[in-house]
Amino acid sequence: MKYSTFRTALLTFSGAALLMAVLSGSLFAADTIKLGVAGAHSGDLASYGLPTVKAAELVVKEINAKGGILGRQVELLVDDDVCKPEVATNTATKLVSQKVDVVIGHICSGATKAALGIYKDAKVIAISPSATNPDLTQSGQYPNFYRTIASDDTQALLEVNFAIDKLKVKKIAVLHDKGDYGKGLAEYAKKFIEESKKATVVLFEGITPGAVDYSAVVQKIKRSGAEAVIFGGYHPEASSIVSQMRKKDMKIHFISDDGVKDDTFIKVAQKYAEGVYATGPKDTSKNPLAIAAIEAHKKAYGADPGAFFLNGYAAAQAILAAIQKAGSTDYAAVGKALQTEFVETPLGKIKFDKRGDAIGVGFSMYQVRKGVYVEVK
Amino acid sequence: MDYFLELLLGGLTRGSIYALIALGYTMVYGIIELINFAHGEIYMIGAFTALIVASVLTMNGMTGISVLILASVVAVLYSAAYGFTVEKIAYKPLRQAPRLSPLISAIGMSIFLQNYVLLAQTSDYLPFPNLIPVLPFMEPYSQLMGSTELVIVLTTTVVTVILTLFIKFTKIGKAMRATAQDRSMAMLTGVNVNRVISNTFIIGSALAAIGGVLIASHVGRINFYIGFIAGIKAFTAAVLGGIGSIPGAVLGGLVLGWTESFATGYVSSDYEDVFAFCLLVLILIFRPAGLLGRSTAQKV
Repeated sequence: MKYSTFRTALLTFSGAALLMAVLSGSLFAADTIKLGVAGAHSGDLASYGLPTVKAAELVVKEINAKGGILGRQVELLVDDDVCKPEVATNTATKLVSQKVDVVIGHICSGATKAALGIYKDAKVIAISPSATNPDLTQSGQYPNFYRTIASDDTQALLEVNFAIDKLKVKKIAVLHDKGDYGKGLAEYAKKFIEESKKATVVLFEGITPGAVDYSAVVQKIKRSGAEAVIFGGYHPEASSIVSQMRKKDMKIHFISDDGVKDDTFIKVAQKYAEGVYATGPKDTSKNPLAIAAIEAHKKAYGADPGAFFLNGYAAAQAILAAIQKAGSTDYAAVGKALQTEFVETPLGKIKFDKRGDAIGVGFSMYQVRKGVYVEVK
Repeated sequence: MDYFLELLLGGLTRGSIYALIALGYTMVYGIIELINFAHGEIYMIGAFTALIVASVLTMNGMTGISVLILASVVAVLYSAAYGFTVEKIAYKPLRQAPRLSPLISAIGMSIFLQNYVLLAQTSDYLPFPNLIPVLPFMEPYSQLMGSTELVIVLTTTVVTVILTLFIKFTKIGKAMRATAQDRSMAMLTGVNVNRVISNTFIIGSALAAIGGVLIASHVGRINFYIGFIAGIKAFTAAVLGGIGSIPGAVLGGLVLGWTESFATGYVSSDYEDVFAFCLLVLILIFRPAGLLGRSTAQKV
């Protein structure tokens, strides 16, 4: 008897609490703009997701201090997807049921893909700071998707265009390390070279990472008559291959990716690194907005920001600026504003193309000169 | 023809590298029938020791061949000490245990040493200076084979010859062969079996250290994980040639090196490992004891 009284009381209480939560939620909905932030906030990839949460907090704090957007305050709804597609669908459903206006996220490409369909049906725009899978924008399936990071294939395209237009090579050897990242990049490079019709792929091979010796593959490059090598992979293999090429007096160009644009590469390959080209994210260290954003992070959290912080910062700024310009949170109007209006962000002046990729964000070509990577203009 | 020659020499270098490490595997297996998985790590420790010594010496203004010699000597002593200690800690207490126990102990030792270096040093790749001086008379042929590669091939040859003679003609060598044939019988005739086994580990580890110095000079970078990757290939070479046999380890290394080199050169480097391991399977089907291994009846 006593037990059931207790249970009734508990039920009544929780019912009341629930009602209050619903009421307060609906009260707020009238006058705040709800900005969802979804991504990996726990688990082993949390370090990729948390900086974006902090970036969104900083941007929103600044905007709210100035009176918000369209006279409304911005409210953050932060939700974790642990970088797993199956969790991301739940996260997305939850955010949609909480009636978010726009979402910043998700962080990982797989999770983003899983969540996008749900946002699309609910007519919610999602803007990711870090999902680089080319399909997300190129498939045309997700008109509600935007991102403030360049997709994987832009690096390959930059490498190929650089080789063909700047270095004027006709024969290119494409190598990769058989990994997801390196092989994906190499396959794009091959596709772009073939499509350009201005050069030919004379060799396309995967090498074994960590092998003691790459002389056979180097001989093969030599025999193929390649004038340039495009390598998709990381710096340990790149330094071995470059060293062996140079030791065999092969002076052909070596072009690689941001897995090689790492100072360890120069440290290990030493004099043989000289002249090697590698693509890497555009230099933002001199952008005053980037400097200010990093300073704000240091002041608020007492540490340097983590991965994709500036991309997250730019995403939050871009989406809120678009709402401001559109004059509402209407799906079509915000989408149009994202595609037509330039926004000043820490990544530079950006807007988005029809597919959702940011224009003005991307990679630059760097070359090792006198032991440091220098941007090639 | 030039291309063939280049691949042949590239395969020779690669094969000699595998052989140099495989010798240590095969010696230990020959004596106590244990696959010493920690051997690759001893090789890695040798390379790290040489790097540290060479850096200190270079900072103090020493150059040339003396750095190579001093770094090698210290690396050999240090690695030999490690090999000796590993045997005492991880294998000797298990001498009478079933054969699987020391095997597990060896895997444990390998993981321990890797992580020990990871924590004590760094997880990054470190540049390894080429300690082997450029030999002027090799310059015209540097397209085909560099000085480092020549030194590696020559060292493997010399080491193999010395080791074979050592086992055949010296007293310790005889004791080793006796222990390999029948441990209890050797003990009965007055051979100090424990000391023989210790000696085997010391010699094997010293060889690994020499390999570490030379191979790291060739590759130009080291990290805590190099022992594992090189160890797997060297172990394959030892099995291919017939584990327990010293000429077999060298032959196995060379066959593996050439297979990989020609597979890359004429087919595709995508299938380098596929060819190497297909060859291993084929050889083991037709010669289960390996190329030069003697198939012995199992002791009952």
